[in-house]
Amino acid sequence: MRCDPERKESQPSPGLWGMRRRLISVSFPAMPTPIIRTEQLVKHFGDVEALKGVDLEVYRGTVLGLLGPNGAGKTTAVRILATLLTPTSGRAEVDGLDVVRDAEELRFRIGLAGQSAAVDENLTGLENLELVGRLYHLPKAEARRRGSEVLERFDLADAADRPAKTYSGGMRRRLDLAASLVGRPDILFLDEPTTGLDPRSRIDVWDFVRELQSEGTTLLLTTQYLEEADQLADRIAVIDVGTVIAEGTSDQLKAQIGGEVLELHVDDRVDIPRVIEALSGVGAGAPTADDDARRVRIPVGNDGFDALRDSVRRLDESKVWVADIALHRPTLDDVFLSLTGRAAEDGSESDPSSAPAGRGRGKGRSQGRTRKGDA
Amino acid sequence: MSATLQAPVDRRAPSGVSGRVGLAFGDGLLVARRNLVTLTRVPTVFIFELVQPVMFVLLFRYIYDNQFATLPVGLDYVQFLMPGIFVQNAIFGATTTAVGLAEDLKTGIIDRFRSLPMARSAVLVGRTTSDLLKNLLLVLIVIGIGYLAGFRFENGFVPAVGVVVLVLAVGFTFSWMFACVGLALKQVEAVQAASFTFVFPIVFVSAAFVPVVGMASWLQPIARHNPVTVWSNLARYLSSGDIGIVDVTTKLPVDTFEGLVLKSVLWIVALLVIFVPVAIRLYRRLD
Ligand SMILES: Nc1ncnc2c1ncn2[C@@H]1O[C@H](COP(=O)(O)OP(=O)(O)O)[C@@H](O)[C@H]1O
Ligand SMILES: [Mg+2]
Repeated sequence: MRCDPERKESQPSPGLWGMRRRLISVSFPAMPTPIIRTEQLVKHFGDVEALKGVDLEVYRGTVLGLLGPNGAGKTTAVRILATLLTPTSGRAEVDGLDVVRDAEELRFRIGLAGQSAAVDENLTGLENLELVGRLYHLPKAEARRRGSEVLERFDLADAADRPAKTYSGGMRRRLDLAASLVGRPDILFLDEPTTGLDPRSRIDVWDFVRELQSEGTTLLLTTQYLEEADQLADRIAVIDVGTVIAEGTSDQLKAQIGGEVLELHVDDRVDIPRVIEALSGVGAGAPTADDDARRVRIPVGNDGFDALRDSVRRLDESKVWVADIALHRPTLDDVFLSLTGRAAEDGSESDPSSAPAGRGRGKGRSQGRTRKGDA
Repeated sequence: MSATLQAPVDRRAPSGVSGRVGLAFGDGLLVARRNLVTLTRVPTVFIFELVQPVMFVLLFRYIYDNQFATLPVGLDYVQFLMPGIFVQNAIFGATTTAVGLAEDLKTGIIDRFRSLPMARSAVLVGRTTSDLLKNLLLVLIVIGIGYLAGFRFENGFVPAVGVVVLVLAVGFTFSWMFACVGLALKQVEAVQAASFTFVFPIVFVSAAFVPVVGMASWLQPIARHNPVTVWSNLARYLSSGDIGIVDVTTKLPVDTFEGLVLKSVLWIVALLVIFVPVAIRLYRRLD
């Protein structure tokens, strides 16, 4: 933590800020009013109905994950909340302010990191942040000081004086996130903050989201990955072609989907019955076998780890060898299959009769992964 | 990442008319400065922008020299040409407003600006202002090129400054028109294509490079009333005196100095009155 003697006298220390805010929210537990609320939000782009009546609620200091495939309307929702778009109908309030009527005042309280890193390539990291600070009407020195501080926080201090075009993808994304924090917003909107990032940078972003949450910032983040929403969000809203089709904690959603699956592969299909016998009683449902794929799948609910440990022990005791054993967490595709009976595609209706068969996981997931780079 | 947290910013927007104007001005200058820094970091863009006027001066000056029987008697073609080139440059130079805005839309930085509590006009004011300053540099260089090609301001210093002011005002006006093009079309390539399709007929169907009297008769009325003709003639008057705007058939100047000033100013004001609000409206309604 950095010390700034001048600031310390006049204000509570940075850590206390977050604490105090949380204490306040704890002291009125009876009447939690959402800090972000949308009512029947509708947005049309010409003939395209991007949002068809979206209701969302986010409570102060929590993280809402807005989960949905490409084209679901995530960006549109975020852009309305961040005052960049006016809704066709419906209402949205953030921190008690109407996103249309009170947009000007609201912009002081929110931060936005959009889908593409919105930084000026030709300015250095520090110049980018300084510019943002000055556009918050901070004095030059203060804008500069904040800029350096935020860069430090995002491990970009060494690159502060390099033009942003020399940054890697992960660094650019961090710079963009940094820019959204210069004004020290209470409410932060992150639109697919990890899409297109390498795993390491993704973990960095996750850490940063958790850190902000622990400081009391309210976050709304969008993602195409159930795992990400699971990791970061207190509540998840699943959005599909402009409609919220499910809302709840990650456990509630997973319960709805049926939880995790244990998957085993054998070298020879004749081993399959032995595997099934050895593992009888493991998991939350009956095993299914696929002879051609030399695969056995067992639904295990939310006790994946226990089931995995049990299985390994039993296979060992029964001297049954398998090629591999893995725990599969449900993905966005599983959520979609279970909620809509179709895969998380571009919103096109699939043949309903194929839906139950489609519940097999591997295929749906690989489709989901290939969509990763789309924007 | 350390857990440094910063104090919230002051969350009051300046109130009152003077506060708001000050805000718009200050934010506009910040954006303008950012654009100019970009210009210095990627000088190739500006250098290529210079190639075109050099080419125009050389082509017209040396290919069309003494080709026009329609020139005012006793006036060198270079004296006729350069004021037109100054005006043409200001107009071509203003296309960067459209391209710059389209590029900022593409990178998403305009989204960032629009989510900040800055003056809503700042992006447009900033862009047109930075292009104004860029155009100043451009016109000074083109004047230098003109001098190398034999052009002279024959009326002294103050009228020469008048030419620069006129040319900058024209460029600024076109910047706002091109801001509309950039905001309406958004895609960089489309914006580039549209800007040039728009600019060529406007500049060529005028007295910017050649006298109107030599043109096809049906074009003449259009060319005569084209504001580019009015501005070019005013620049000619300021550079060479009334000999610069003599019609070879009537042997009379096509207009008086006062008439040219009045028409030039009216055109500029009228175009600004139309296109500034349109640009601001397009900016506010960006999706
Ligand atoms: N500016 C726009 N003009 C026309 N259609 C748009 C525009 N923005 C988004 N859309 C459409 O609205 C739908 C939702 O888009 P978006 O909110 O970007 O989805 P997501 O962020 O979930 O991928 C898509 O069908 C998209 O094509
Ligand atoms: Mg999106």
